[in-house]
Amino acid sequence: MIRYILQRLGESAAVIALMSFVIYALIGLMPGDPIDLMINSDPRLTPADAARLRAVYGLDRPLVDRYLSWAAAAIGGDFGNSRLHVRPVLDVMPGFLLNTVKLMGLSFILSVAIAIPAGVIAARRQNSRLDHVINLLCFAGISVPVFWLALMLIILFSVMMPILPASGIASVGGGGGIMDAARHLVLPVATLTIFSVGSYTRFVRAAMIEVLRQDYIRTARAKGAGPSRIVWVHALRNAMIPVVTVIALSFGTLFSGALITETMFAYPGMGKLIYDSIMGNDYNMALVTLLFATAVTLAANLLADLAYAWLDPRISYAAGEGARP
Amino acid sequence: MTDIVRPTAPPDGMLILFARRFADHRLALASLVVLLALALLAAAAPAAEWLLGVSANSVNLTIRFAPPSLAHPFGTDELGRDLLVRLLYGGRISLAVGIAAALASAVIGTIIGLLAGYYGGKLDALLMRLTDGVIALPLLPLLIVLAAVDLTKIGLPAELARDPDVSLYRMVVIIALVSWTTVARLVRGATLSVREREFVLAAAACGAGPLRIMAVHILPNVVSPIIVATTLSVGNVILLESVLSFLGLGIQPPIASWGNMLTGAQELIWSAPQLVFWPGALIFATVIAFNFLGDGMQDALDPRAITR
Repeated sequence: MIRYILQRLGESAAVIALMSFVIYALIGLMPGDPIDLMINSDPRLTPADAARLRAVYGLDRPLVDRYLSWAAAAIGGDFGNSRLHVRPVLDVMPGFLLNTVKLMGLSFILSVAIAIPAGVIAARRQNSRLDHVINLLCFAGISVPVFWLALMLIILFSVMMPILPASGIASVGGGGGIMDAARHLVLPVATLTIFSVGSYTRFVRAAMIEVLRQDYIRTARAKGAGPSRIVWVHALRNAMIPVVTVIALSFGTLFSGALITETMFAYPGMGKLIYDSIMGNDYNMALVTLLFATAVTLAANLLADLAYAWLDPRISYAAGEGARP
Repeated sequence: MTDIVRPTAPPDGMLILFARRFADHRLALASLVVLLALALLAAAAPAAEWLLGVSANSVNLTIRFAPPSLAHPFGTDELGRDLLVRLLYGGRISLAVGIAAALASAVIGTIIGLLAGYYGGKLDALLMRLTDGVIALPLLPLLIVLAAVDLTKIGLPAELARDPDVSLYRMVVIIALVSWTTVARLVRGATLSVREREFVLAAAACGAGPLRIMAVHILPNVVSPIIVATTLSVGNVILLESVLSFLGLGIQPPIASWGNMLTGAQELIWSAPQLVFWPGALIFATVIAFNFLGDGMQDALDPRAITR
């Protein structure tokens, strides 16, 4: 097991190193470059000045050279300054990260709290009218464009019935306290929850149906366990194994949803930070935030695999090959 | 002993079985009808333009935000353009980009899946690691970067890079680049089991080369998961295209797409909520219809379900 974990960690590190180069190269292909931005803000600069500046900052060197010096600085803990925030990139990130953890954490808890009972009920009454209604709602949640859902919620609850704030994390002027912060979270959390709860419910339902077919469920029934006990104790625990895995694997999707949600509600989280830094030519920030998002998604995938092995003792990764779910 | 052995009716063909099972899935059937209707309406966009005597891109600032009327059945937008006609043209783009990108990713995924499943060994390990790697990436942030790439920096002439038509192809390419993974995994899995079957061994014994075996003998036997996964991915692709276009990174104006019709919608939520409602509602309807369609096909094609 230890060997397997080490091997997977090594692989993830390799993927992150590779992605850092790919993202570095892509960021270099975005419109404009730092010198263009300097010229725009200072029209007295001549083309000769620009060329000299490019040489000073090393922008005329080959891509691989530039990447290697960036990587050397990054390994030393220096990720550069953010252009938009005029502070070191690593100083800016924690606040945004905390906001995203709040948003994603709350809507994750809410989604799971809805998905487990809904999925279990749908699986118990397979093909009943209730199952069909739940299925329809799941498909609606999976299919709705998140940015439009956000707009519709804003129109409903901030424009037509002005009861909830449409953007930000606190009222202008501040001093609103915890209730004010909570009110600002309602619509973003609702949006992200509607986006994720549909697929979670379908995972739970599919896993429960699979488990309820198993022999040990019949055994439990035969020895006289009540139907509720069978479902909530015997079946649910085993059904959770694949569900935990699939949910962890869908972390990247949840983060994509959070990016749109944060952008729509002007919610200062990691997703909005990524989007704003890409759109605002904040190269250092875009690079680091994108890499961070990649690393966290990879970690979630790794945890999913490990959780699968840990929760289901039948799975063994000793061989290390081809045993992935 | 005296029982007469009656000749049983010949078993129905697979296609009939498929159609029958598909028709059982009422939502899938309804979705098919909705999608055909949407496609027909989108195809008829020029006819609607002619009937109403308006043009999709003609700006008329004197009739901004006009309410629905005979001349403009859905009213007009913030530039006085007819909303209905733009919605129809937007549908063309969203459907075309969605289907084209889904097909392109199906082709990439099929090739990768066939190669990995047929050759196995090192190539399989390499390709599947690549697949796992792409699956593990945060999709939307990367798509935003890919969509923001300045095409002149990779050698495209400036006027071509700014051409709105090019934004169409660019969407198809970048979405296909990240969404082939499901098909690749499914095709690899199916190929692994098919390549051990007798008819593949027989073909190899007759001297068929690997290319011929993959294309003629294996591909037809792995086609049903490809169809299901591709149908399901059309919905996803339309969602990705619409959000990128909404953010101003996808389909470029004046070409209308359901996504870019909502760009700047945040300023319209007070003055003209109906302009915000329709494009999104059509994306929603189209995506949910493709998802139900794929779900119905999956049920109908699942061999376990057919023998039951």
